[in-house]
Formats: sequence, structure tokens, C-alpha cells
Amino acid sequence: MIELRSVTYAYQQGTPIFQDYNWNAGRGEAWAVLGPSGCGKTTLLYLLAGLRLPTSGQVLIDGKPLTRPRPHTGLILQDYGLLPWATVRENAVLGLRVRGFYGPDGKHAPQDFQRNLDVEPWLRRLGLEAVADQYPGQISGGQRQRTAIARTLALKPDLLLMDEPFSSLDAPTRESLQSLTLELQAEQNLTMVIVTHAIEEAAVMGRKILLLATPPNQNAHVIENPAAAQASFRETTAYLALCRELRLLMERQDR
Amino acid sequence: MRRRDLLFAVIALILLWQLVAMLVNRPILPPPGLVARTFVTELRGDLLVHFQASLWRVIASTALSVALAAPAGLILGQSKRLNSLFSPLIYLVYPVPKVVFVPIVLLFLGLGDAPKIVIIFLILFFQILVLVRDQAAALRPELIQSVRSLGAGRRALFRFVYLPASLPGILTALRQSVGTAVAVLYVAELYATQKGLGYYIYLNGSTLLNYPAMYAGIVAMSLLGLGLYFSVDWLEKRLCPWLFTS
Repeated sequence: MIELRSVTYAYQQGTPIFQDYNWNAGRGEAWAVLGPSGCGKTTLLYLLAGLRLPTSGQVLIDGKPLTRPRPHTGLILQDYGLLPWATVRENAVLGLRVRGFYGPDGKHAPQDFQRNLDVEPWLRRLGLEAVADQYPGQISGGQRQRTAIARTLALKPDLLLMDEPFSSLDAPTRESLQSLTLELQAEQNLTMVIVTHAIEEAAVMGRKILLLATPPNQNAHVIENPAAAQASFRETTAYLALCRELRLLMERQDR
Repeated sequence: MRRRDLLFAVIALILLWQLVAMLVNRPILPPPGLVARTFVTELRGDLLVHFQASLWRVIASTALSVALAAPAGLILGQSKRLNSLFSPLIYLVYPVPKVVFVPIVLLFLGLGDAPKIVIIFLILFFQILVLVRDQAAALRPELIQSVRSLGAGRRALFRFVYLPASLPGILTALRQSVGTAVAVLYVAELYATQKGLGYYIYLNGSTLLNYPAMYAGIVAMSLLGLGLYFSVDWLEKRLCPWLFTS
């Protein structure tokens, strides 16, 4: 599904964030990208979203090199990116309206796109019916993030990219949204890449964890985490052991 | 602010006027009752024509300045390069009181509506330009990236992000400058025209010495300014409802 082929990415000055970097992710997999701030997590996500292009090398999604944002990729950012002047319902429908605006041109919208502005099932699924007519400024952080999820899933993506999506939420809200996201990921058979700086979040969300270090990142460091699939993984010793391992790895890299 | 409170304020102002008129007791300050009667009779005569002339000038110049300044502000707000090219110019011109250009514009454009419309346009244009530019520039990059990731290109970004984002700026600019615009219209209408409330007020006050009619003209001009102000308020509630939620 995702293939990074000798990707180098550097901002104008300084060390490249990625250097000759290779990484593969399969369809339907749930990945967490973990690393300290400044390691290039968000850059990786923007590369996968087609919002940035590699300095050299290729990012392939479904075997096709990425040159611009792809209609079947959904992106959810840390501060939600909701339009402050639009209600929850209007925000949820925004992606569909953008598609309707261009029509099925294969560039901004998939070629098989059928005009459709119905997001009610998504509002229901995400428990947003009661606040559907309110503005982002009037609702809680968790509701805002669910609105962003509804907006993205309404476009029926096959790849979901999330950048620190739950970091500004309180713990109970965060945990319930993490579970909901995993549920939706399985239900929609999404390939998911979630970027986080929180070890606990990576352990819960990632069936596979990609560890990034202080740049330049040269080799993909992948930690398998199959146990995350079991129910109430958070309470298992496997979870605690994984968190400990990740913490050690991050500390070692820091030195 | 409630309607009832506004009504009380209006009554208080009229009472104050009545009181001062009684104390002064000279023809240069007629009481409100007399002015009201004159206002009604004059409306059937010339006053309406003058009012319409002034109203047209304000509306035409407002429409013109929104039509030109809003897109220009959006473009400057989006493009750092263009903005750094133009901002010194705007920085210099923005604070200059545009009313000093009245004689120049009159010299160049002569009689008729055009010079008046241009003067008000100059005032509104820079106000709208600066506010819309700053609002467009203040849009967070994350928001733009999010909407781009939904498939939006330049045109859709304009339609779904920049255009609605600029509305509050346009309306704030109008609210701030509508008073100045009417004031400058008054000054501009003193010259080279025989239509408009400015001319009407001046004619009745200095030439005809018809003070109640002069006051009726002043009331009409105040109503013009108030009406515009209320219209902006109304538009803001209609077009920007998210600003009024808590």
C-alpha cells in the first residue's frame, strides 16, 4: 500500500530529515509512528499525504508515485482543521462539497465519485447529531476531533493519516477516541498511519510501530506489536512491557 | 443591546434637544417637533431627491470598494511575496486622511457623482484591503493543509476558505468606516454639485436661512449614517452567525 523508495527529504538548510529511507506498509495495517519532537514525524505524514514531495526518491501509494494529494487519502491534523465559520454538519460535508465542486476529475475527486452530500450516517456513527448545528467554537475538543473524523471518513478513504490527533484531549476522551478510531479502522479496512510523541498511544494504536530518531533517519526501525489486537490490551503486562521497551529505545536514540 | 434600550436613548436625545432648544430660544436651534414637521413636508419636496443622491453615492462607492479591495486583500493575504512588495505602499497611504484628497479629486473629475464616489471609495478601499489581508494571512496553515487534503485546489480553497474567511473583515471595515464615509460625503457634496444632502444642508443654512429645513437635512444625513450602520450589523448577523455564538 505504502512504499518509500530511497526517500531523501531535506528542508532548505540543515541535515536531511530522511536520507535514502525505505519503508513499506501493507493494506489494512495500523501503524503508529513514534519519535521525539523534531524527528520528522509530521514531515513523514505530509510526504504520505502528498502535501510535500521528497527531495529525491519516491513515495508510492498503491504502486503509483505520489505527486499531489490523493483523493483516497484522508488526513487529520492535530488542531482539527475545522472551518470556524461552518457548523459541525457543514464541516463534515466539506470534503464532499469540494468533490462536488470539481466533479469526478480523478485529480481532486475520484473518477467514480457520485455527487452526494449525505453525512447523516457519519454524524450518527460518531455521536455528533446533537451538536450538528453548532460551530466548532461551541463544542468540546473530542467532538471537534470526531467532526474531523466524520469529514474524512465521509470521503471513503482507504488510507487514513493522523497527526497527533488526540494529544490535546483529556485522558478519558482520548482513550474513547482511540478505541473508536481502531474500531473504524477495522470496520472500513483502512490502512492507518498515526503519528504521535506519546509512547502509550503508539502502543495502543499501532499493530506495527515505526520509530523515528533525531535526523537524519536512514533505516526504518519497526517494532511489531501484534498483542495490541486483544481486548483491554491497556491492562495487560504485554502493554507495560512494550511501553518500557519503547521508552528504552527512545532514550537510547537520544544519546 | 435591546431594542427597548435603544428606544429610550432616542427619546432621551429628543428630550435633550427640546430642552436646549427652549433654553437657547433662537431660530438657529428649532425644536424637534418643528424639525420633524419640516422633515415630512420637505421629504415630499426636494429632500428625498437629495437623500437619494447621497444614498446612491454611498452605495455605489461601497460596492466598488468591496469588489476591488476584498479580492486584492485576499491575494495579498495569501502571497507573502506580493504582500512584502505592496505593504510599504499601503503602510504609507493607509493613515493619510483621504478627505484631503477632496480638492484634487474634484479638480480631476469635476462635476457629478464620480468625484464623490471616488473619495468614499478611497476611504473604504484601504480599510477593507488591510483588514481582509490581515484576516487571510492569519488563517492557520494547518487549516489550509487540512482542506487541501480533502482535495481542494486553489479554486476550492478560495471558495470554501478564503472567501468566507474574508467576510468578517469586510463587514468590520465597513462598520469602522461608514461614519467617516458619510462625513466625507458631506464635505464632498459642498462642492461642484446641486444634489445631495451636503448641498441641501449648506444651501438651507447659509443661503436660504431656512433653519428647520437645514435641521431636516441634518436629520436625513444622520439617518443615512445610522441606516448604513444598522445594515452592516444586520448583514453581519445574517452572514457571520458563528461570531454571535458563545
